[in-house]
Amino acid sequence: MITSLIAEKLACARGDRRLFENLSFRVKAGQALAVEGANGAGKTSLLRLIAGFLSPAAGRLVVQDADGESDDAEERGKQIGWLGHQDGLKPQLTVAEQLAFWAALYRGTTNSAVLEQVGLQRQADLPCRYLSAGQKRRLALARLLVSQRPLWLLDEPFAALDTSGQALVAQLMALHCGQGGIIIAATHEPLGLGNESLKL
Amino acid sequence: MSPFFTLLARDIKLAARSGGSAFLALSFFALVATLVPLGVGADLRLLARVGGGVLWVGAVLAALLSLDRLFQGDFEDGSLDLIALSPLPLELTALAKMLAHWLSTGAALTLLSPLLALLFNLPPAATLTLFLSLLLGTPAVSAVGAIGASLTLSLKRGGLILPLIILPLLSPAVIFGAGAVSLTLDRLASGGALGLLAAFSAGAVLLSPFAAAASVRLNLGG
Repeated sequence: MITSLIAEKLACARGDRRLFENLSFRVKAGQALAVEGANGAGKTSLLRLIAGFLSPAAGRLVVQDADGESDDAEERGKQIGWLGHQDGLKPQLTVAEQLAFWAALYRGTTNSAVLEQVGLQRQADLPCRYLSAGQKRRLALARLLVSQRPLWLLDEPFAALDTSGQALVAQLMALHCGQGGIIIAATHEPLGLGNESLKL
Repeated sequence: MSPFFTLLARDIKLAARSGGSAFLALSFFALVATLVPLGVGADLRLLARVGGGVLWVGAVLAALLSLDRLFQGDFEDGSLDLIALSPLPLELTALAKMLAHWLSTGAALTLLSPLLALLFNLPPAATLTLFLSLLLGTPAVSAVGAIGASLTLSLKRGGLILPLIILPLLSPAVIFGAGAVSLTLDRLASGGALGLLAAFSAGAVLLSPFAAAASVRLNLGG
């Protein structure tokens, strides 16, 4: 289990443009960090950097756990639950098929309770092409739950969701932090977790 | 089910469902094989002579139809990010996708080929050689194709560049595959050509997951 994620003087460059530099923060288990900033400030790039898709132009990212610390991107990736801009769903597959696929791929567990939790139990046998944007987002949240990863990276978690969906996200995030998980979310809206925020 | 077979099963399911690539590849292959005898004419000896080559080129082009989507579909909808973070290493991801592509196109085309060989008046022995050469050679098409697909996955019109990258690399497969059929027609042993084809295929299948994974990694960071 991760005890904290530490960024030391991170810098990110896309092309020949520096998005940010000298960025340091520390998030402990059970805490959330909101990443705020104007469009194009580098919120998504920071999340992709933490996920290991991008490598930092300078500085390092360290994950601490009971066994010590590591700055290996590949190792860090295996701890990450990812909710990106896109929902990663196939229009031809049904809701239940998608969830079973991701659960098996992540060696997680799946049961009908997860679909009920995100309010999609009645859509279980519906192909994803018939889902609305908000329902797709809810399915992506269900995937995040079955992946059972301690470090959540959320990119605009409230996007496309109605009021009850947004309340659901807030509830799931509070639950995850309560269980000792870590959340880093790029957002324009308050997370409502008494969390710290980072301005890019 | 292990993550590897989970991904393999999903990709086969996607290829088989409506809008999938399996049916498209088979239809394309069957249409090419039907049109060529109509164009060449009813000279049976000529048809048998060109049959091996035409069916091989048809099979390669049919398999190529769906290759550009090998990684691109997952890249565009964000699935590839999620697959990259899963316990499955990217090398095995590439191998699973390659295998799914081969099973849904290469293997299916191989099974169809004896039927289409009838249209070219290929004798039974040559048909058997054609079948064996496709069975041994089409994995190379999926494997070399996976490298091309991973290189072009972030390009909007990558499908247009993909054939330019991989068709020259596939020429050994076409030469040995069609060559083996010609040798059988001339009542010569085709074992050597088939052996070289198998070696080419084995090399491609072994090496390309590493090349494809490296290129996918590069594209995820871009």
